[in-house]
Amino acid sequence: MPAAEPVAAAPRRWYRWRMRRRSTLLLAGTLPLSLARPLARPALAQPAARDTLTIGITQFPSTFHPNIEAMVAKSYVLGFCHRPLTAYDADWKLVPMSCEALPTLENGLAVREEAPGGKPGLRLTYRLREGLRWGDGTPVSSADLRFAWEAGRDSATGFGGAEFYRSAHALDVVDARTVTLHLDKVTFDFASMGDFVPLPAHIERARWEADRHGYRSRSAYETETANPGLWNGPFRVAEVQPGAGVTLERNPEWRGPEPAFRRIRIRTVENTAALEAQLLAGQVDMVAGELGLPLDQTLALQRRTGERFRFAFRSGLAYEHIDCNLDTPILADRRVRQALLHAADRARINERLFGGKQTIAQTSVNPLDGVFDEGVRRYPYDPARAAALLEEAGWRPGPDGLRRNAAGETLSLSLMTTAGNRTREAVQQVLQGMWRQVGVETRIRNEPPRVFFSETMSKRRFAGLAQYAWLSAPEGVPRSTLHSDEIPRAERNWSGQNYTGFRNAEMDALLEALPIELDRDRRTALWHRLQAIYAEELPALPLWFYADAHIWPQWLEGVRPTGHLNLSTLWAEQWRGR
Amino acid sequence: MARLIAARLAQMAVLLALLSFAAYMLIGLMPGDPVDLAIMADPRLTAADAARLRALHGLDQPLLARYGAWALAVLHGEFGFSRLYARPAAAVLWPALGSTLVLLAASLSLAILVGVGLGALAALRPRLAPFVEALALLGQAVPTFWLGMLLIILFAVDLGWLPAGGEADAPGLLAALRFLALPVATLAIANLAAYARHSAAALETALREPWIRSARARGASEEQVLWRHAAPNAAVPVLTIAALDAGALVSGALVTETVFARPGMGKLIYDAVMGNDYNLALLALLLTAAVTVLSGLAADLAQRALDPRLRDA
Repeated sequence: MPAAEPVAAAPRRWYRWRMRRRSTLLLAGTLPLSLARPLARPALAQPAARDTLTIGITQFPSTFHPNIEAMVAKSYVLGFCHRPLTAYDADWKLVPMSCEALPTLENGLAVREEAPGGKPGLRLTYRLREGLRWGDGTPVSSADLRFAWEAGRDSATGFGGAEFYRSAHALDVVDARTVTLHLDKVTFDFASMGDFVPLPAHIERARWEADRHGYRSRSAYETETANPGLWNGPFRVAEVQPGAGVTLERNPEWRGPEPAFRRIRIRTVENTAALEAQLLAGQVDMVAGELGLPLDQTLALQRRTGERFRFAFRSGLAYEHIDCNLDTPILADRRVRQALLHAADRARINERLFGGKQTIAQTSVNPLDGVFDEGVRRYPYDPARAAALLEEAGWRPGPDGLRRNAAGETLSLSLMTTAGNRTREAVQQVLQGMWRQVGVETRIRNEPPRVFFSETMSKRRFAGLAQYAWLSAPEGVPRSTLHSDEIPRAERNWSGQNYTGFRNAEMDALLEALPIELDRDRRTALWHRLQAIYAEELPALPLWFYADAHIWPQWLEGVRPTGHLNLSTLWAEQWRGR
Repeated sequence: MARLIAARLAQMAVLLALLSFAAYMLIGLMPGDPVDLAIMADPRLTAADAARLRALHGLDQPLLARYGAWALAVLHGEFGFSRLYARPAAAVLWPALGSTLVLLAASLSLAILVGVGLGALAALRPRLAPFVEALALLGQAVPTFWLGMLLIILFAVDLGWLPAGGEADAPGLLAALRFLALPVATLAIANLAAYARHSAAALETALREPWIRSARARGASEEQVLWRHAAPNAAVPVLTIAALDAGALVSGALVTETVFARPGMGKLIYDAVMGNDYNLALLALLLTAAVTVLSGLAADLAQRALDPRLRDA
């Protein structure tokens, strides 16, 4: 994705979905015990005064600065307190948040222009909503956007992704609420501002100018997190207990719909068994699906607790799949990859392990995405077809049932995933059994997530199959995982996420054409072709899109899970208690 | 005595220096650096971003040079910033240490009190010894996490008497005690077995010594024999175990802290090491080592106070 990354706005990129399913590590054995208990009665619940909502999540934000490091826990907390310019809503549509309107070519807020160097560029105009104020009463203004842009443009500041700031080569302040942004490229998602959010210049600018290198650690977001002037959402951070939780209070300067709760308590309980216990004991009212209990644990809880809680399962953009290292001779043959997918009964795994809640994936594009192709090639469970494909590829059954080629080599593959992830390990074992039935031997070789991602995957040191998940955004162009320029190599400092080593000239051309195709219909046609190639070539074996398991008290209404990185908390003012 | 303290403190300084070097090198040699971890969470970061961030954080320097810079800063009282919590490492550490020390003090006190009580019962009432032994074995055999979950299910979920975990939201001793009750009970039950068994054995041995017979011959009551003559002698091994436990529990209460979602040193060290948070991990490890050495020193001093023969050793 590096230099050729086509899209400026943040949500259009792919994220490695690593952190959020880090669940029961130490207490795996205790869960069956707790599940064996009959329905527990609420113990410490506070049914009377519902001015406080207590939410359990499994991760603590490592920073509260909106532009430093991307992590789900931070997005979850900041959703209550900090409004971005734009966001994707629960229907996966881009909507204005702190700006009045999305720029389009039609409404004149987006205008084509020539960027420096003669490149085609865009001029975008954003006007901040009237009445938007920081928690100390200071209006959110163009100066705040200007400061965020200046800080991001300066490499010394240390903001994470700099691609947007490289592309946004100029920002003009038109008036107190209006800015014009100049981009040096034209992409279909130009209106999405992603991580570019206003920062309170009246608090932060002086700190940044005094020490740009040290700004990351000197920012008021880190040193005075409870300063009301940092927050412009319906809530503001009132107290932080590092590693344990965050308390939010209603922001008196918020001019939007009044939130129903006076206080939100977010507790971090990393162990999911302990989190479940706190839910049952009434210490937390709800468990956020974005960072909550694994699906299997939630389903078991639902069976035991009946009507006590409301459960919602929202399919999201976390794409579970098995990467095939295409430089491995066995997997270089497309027929073997197709056979593996035909031999995997994903529907049965979904039914048995996940109560049928996951959405079976056909490619990396979620069926809920508007660009999904209903006619894409599918791989139903068909062991006979799998066997035929393997025969065709030259793999014949040996005396022990395992297939061998003409040279006598056994059809044996290593299958890796993140050690300690019980769900994945269970899936691995089922797949191992299913593939054994068609004569394919798989050797499970798991590694701790840190080794798996930092070394094995990022340096393409896996020899066969590797199972994990990506988290993307609606209509996220999968350039970083499918473009041949994105194959990690030592000379590129191992950047890129095309771990499979997939090389396909037509796919490369599509990935380059897609971001710059502004016409919806023509873009959809490109998407359909992309999915057709993916389904035919299978650089990775699609498994499913994870469903987030949300657990709410019966009295809570209005929470709309999104299934993507703009989390439900961005609309927290719509949450209501009955 | 002063020589002993000075020698131990000098020993501690050398130990901490060696430990800091070993820990820094080991963390540095683990796969992935903080920028790798950032890339994992946000693959939008490009190769150029990674290089820029590495240079910004000094990660492009050799490990030895980074250690030198860190050690120099520490000598000037600068412990650096925590990567995981985005605040000074010391500011993150002190609350965690405070929480752990409270847990540790309460659970060790309870374990010693109940354990020694059971040990004394076993020593004085040999008929009850098998029951005490069985109880001790049970306490030792039950895994901490399982015991913790059992207590949570019983007292928090089913009975609703106590919170399932976390820390008190409201100030006040009573609230704090309610949140402490289950983790303290879990740790105490897991540890009291050792105290019961060792104190029983030590008391049985002490009660067979000639000076006990002399004391009885002088007409001392059984109570006097036990508390004035036997107990001080039997206390020496118990103190040694307590000192070892104190050191181990500062960093080793990870399971209890995880089950009860209590931020403490064990969890902090685990998260810091796994998250490549050098500053925090090193400071926490050094502090743990210091607490271990100091508790050993305290045990030595207490033993000398109890046993005059050791004072001249």
